Amino acid sequence: MNAWRAVAGRPLGAICLAWLGLVVLACAGADLIAPHHPQEQDLSSVYSGPTWAHWLGTDQLGRDILSRVLHGGRVSLLVVGQALAAYLVLGCAAGVLAGYRRGLLDRVVLRLGDLALSMPAVVILLVVLAIFPHDESAAMITLGALSAAGLARVVRASTVAVREEPFVAAARVAGLSTFRILGRHVLPSVIGPVISLVALVAGSALLVEASLGFLGLGVQPPEPSWGGLIAEASQAIYRQPWLLVPSGGVVALTAVACAVLGDVLRDATDDRTSREPLSWRRMRTQVTRRPGEPPDEAAVLSVRGLSVRLADGTALVDDVAFDVHPGTALGLVGESGCGKTMTVSAVLRLLPPGAVVEAAEVRFAGQDLLSLDERGMSRVRGGGIGYIAQDPVASLDPLFTVGDQLTEAVRHHNRGATRAEVRRRVVDLLEAVHLPDPPGVMAEYPHQLSGGMAQRVAIARALAGEPRVLIADEPTTALDVTVQAEILDLLRELRDRTGMALILVTHDWGVVADTCDTAVVMYAGQVVEQTSVQRVFEAPRHPYTEALLAADPNAAVPGTRLPVLPGSVPAPGHWPDGCRFAPRCAFATAECAGPVAMTAEPMRGSYRCVHPRHGTTTGARR
Amino acid sequence: MLRLVGGRLLWSVPLLVVLSALTFLLAWLTPGDAARVVLGTDTDPAAYARVRSQLGLDRSLPEQYGTWLAGAVRGDLGRSLFTGESVAAVVDSRLAVSLSLLLLSALVIAVVGVAVGLVGALRGGVVGRALDGLSVVAMSVPTPWLGLVLVVVFAVNLAWFPVTGYVPAAQSPGGWALSLALPVVCLAAGGIAVIAKQVRGAVVEVLGRAYVRALRANGLPARRIICRHVAKNAALPVVTVFGVVLIGLLGGSIVVEQLFALPGLGQLTVTAAAQHDLPVLQGVVLCFTVLVVVVNLLVDLVTGWLSPRAVTR
Ligand code: SF4
Repeated sequence: MNAWRAVAGRPLGAICLAWLGLVVLACAGADLIAPHHPQEQDLSSVYSGPTWAHWLGTDQLGRDILSRVLHGGRVSLLVVGQALAAYLVLGCAAGVLAGYRRGLLDRVVLRLGDLALSMPAVVILLVVLAIFPHDESAAMITLGALSAAGLARVVRASTVAVREEPFVAAARVAGLSTFRILGRHVLPSVIGPVISLVALVAGSALLVEASLGFLGLGVQPPEPSWGGLIAEASQAIYRQPWLLVPSGGVVALTAVACAVLGDVLRDATDDRTSREPLSWRRMRTQVTRRPGEPPDEAAVLSVRGLSVRLADGTALVDDVAFDVHPGTALGLVGESGCGKTMTVSAVLRLLPPGAVVEAAEVRFAGQDLLSLDERGMSRVRGGGIGYIAQDPVASLDPLFTVGDQLTEAVRHHNRGATRAEVRRRVVDLLEAVHLPDPPGVMAEYPHQLSGGMAQRVAIARALAGEPRVLIADEPTTALDVTVQAEILDLLRELRDRTGMALILVTHDWGVVADTCDTAVVMYAGQVVEQTSVQRVFEAPRHPYTEALLAADPNAAVPGTRLPVLPGSVPAPGHWPDGCRFAPRCAFATAECAGPVAMTAEPMRGSYRCVHPRHGTTTGARR
Repeated sequence: MLRLVGGRLLWSVPLLVVLSALTFLLAWLTPGDAARVVLGTDTDPAAYARVRSQLGLDRSLPEQYGTWLAGAVRGDLGRSLFTGESVAAVVDSRLAVSLSLLLLSALVIAVVGVAVGLVGALRGGVVGRALDGLSVVAMSVPTPWLGLVLVVVFAVNLAWFPVTGYVPAAQSPGGWALSLALPVVCLAAGGIAVIAKQVRGAVVEVLGRAYVRALRANGLPARRIICRHVAKNAALPVVTVFGVVLIGLLGGSIVVEQLFALPGLGQLTVTAAAQHDLPVLQGVVLCFTVLVVVVNLLVDLVTGWLSPRAVTR
């Protein structure tokens, strides 16, 4: 079983498993290994601390605590076992029945489960114990049954999922009994989560047992139980506080082991422990500066030598440089997986946690962004560089109205504005993005908006800070064709009216042709070609650009088959040494296996290829 | 919103009925009955029959339950088998103690649990891992034992707090606070750990959402994003778990009241259970059940208030 191997492979899991095994074995064999009889009194050494004769000391009658812990554990672990048995049997039976039969039975089981989970378990156990005095088995079986609803839910969900699988129908046709089918297919899929739940319930059952024993409602003295030992220790807190250590310690350690084991098992079956959990602090993107070329002072945004790396050193973006001039639009083009989004996120320092930026220069309106801390960056974001993320609906907070969110943005960027001014500005923004009925839209929640409306709202919000550069990440991908055109018109109009620069991240040549002035083509984390939009369509120099253009559905000749680009972008960490496009390139030669640098052509642009296309200078074949 | 509350109230009826009927059913299932409890070793059959009819035990189970229910609706919960006191009066006199303990603990759990969870979610790294470890320990320590350790350290050795006992707030507010300090810490520890874990999970989940990135991209300061957007979005799952924790507190309060000798409902429950005093037990169970219903109702109200979808749907 994978789950066991996964647990045993983690030091923490192995330690917990070992402790539980040790405790269970020692308690089961208490008759054999306990140094004394649990009731054996030795009035000559009353309340002794730990000694050689009594490793864990003695109680008020001189009874050996170690022996009492071992024998008490037998009682306590037995009733915990009974609780777990009830839990497993009832939970699995109810879950499988509900999931397999569905319908009324399903609803009844779920309702009963809700009811059981909303009851105060310990109060009910006290009722049970009032009626079955000192019958801890009855109480713990009740506890197991009451908790079973949680297990039933997990098993039910898995049964429902398995039921829908085609192979179940096939197995039924093949004559396998329902029981066998469920046994074979449901069991393996739930075993991991179930064991994890059992471990957690075992821990809490142990704690409940300790409480019942402490209250004197469990096993009667002089017979020991773990809860009873805590009660006995409570009688001696003035004379011998040490007694608290072994009595509560063994319960606490065992409960901790159960809880940790449960967590480890859950993570092992979820496969997600390898990832460090997210935190706000980890969301800050770290930057380091490295030497490189100077920025273009005329550009509003100038980037040099920008790389993005993961913690393990894998490069996602490699030495990217580009310039955006005021009032112009730059298109960042390439297939998905080429690092376009990473590049713009790196500029804004909004990378996914764990990714770091290295750059020679990120200069915005004369300001050196690399020298800013997170606080300084947050001042640039929104007010200096606006950003529209890929999925417009997901980029709006679902719990706040459009009006709330825009008001918040406007107020942030216009300190000291009056209420009326802020509202006026929000309405202006909504009108600027051509949303009809601004007051109506303001009252809506994001899930009430269409994709196109949400994109307009997102644009309006990005405009609230009157940014000098607006970055739009795939602004039209999620939208249908007519809305796409409207959004592009809107962006163009805004650029012309406000003079802000645009960066459009896209894989759609149509967007580039309609909106942009320059094109930067990226492949496998690198810029492979950079030139004017006019030239990129007329005479692309890089074979990748050419192939990408040929595969563009916008340019397809009706009736002919669209040429597709064979293969796919290699994943980060698997980039070839020489030209990264070589494995997919129709013009690759032996020379392409060496390092390929950017070649700049004065007044035209630059490309990264040893056999550029449509050239007059170097050796274009064919 | 009204429908939501109405639905929950309707749903709480079976809860009340099931829980109150449970005691009757269990009592009926077992050999021996309350009359034996009252008489103890006195085995005179005539006396036994007389007590049985006095207690109404010679009637059918549904009839007995009906009588009790009719009384309960009027506020009459019967009389204790041992002291003969009115159960309603006893419960009433002890409610204040338990409510003080429960409400204070709930407050501490909410404040500390959220704070600890937030620190874990915002700082992460070593701090986060340390808090995770602490949570596991806090959840796994037996409540009575934690209480004893607190008593030994803070009441016996340091003598900062009284060892046991309860001082009514009306008598001395300071004394009241001191007498509840250790019990509240003891009762709240596990809940704090549960809530902290939940808060951290919920916050981390929200931090990964696209709208948080969009808000950062819009330049909003961290404090505003966290306090307004992340807090509201993370609150929903936390509130649900908080309800479960509150219900769990009822069980914990029984142990804590017994341990610190607080004259509350929990102590009453233990005594009644140990003496098989069923009328008292039924009264206490009813009282606890009403508390559960109230908690569930509050959780529903807060959930409805937090999520626009539940309202517009
Ligand atoms: S360098 Fe060679 S392999 Fe790379 S694109 Fe140019 S021709 Fe193709």
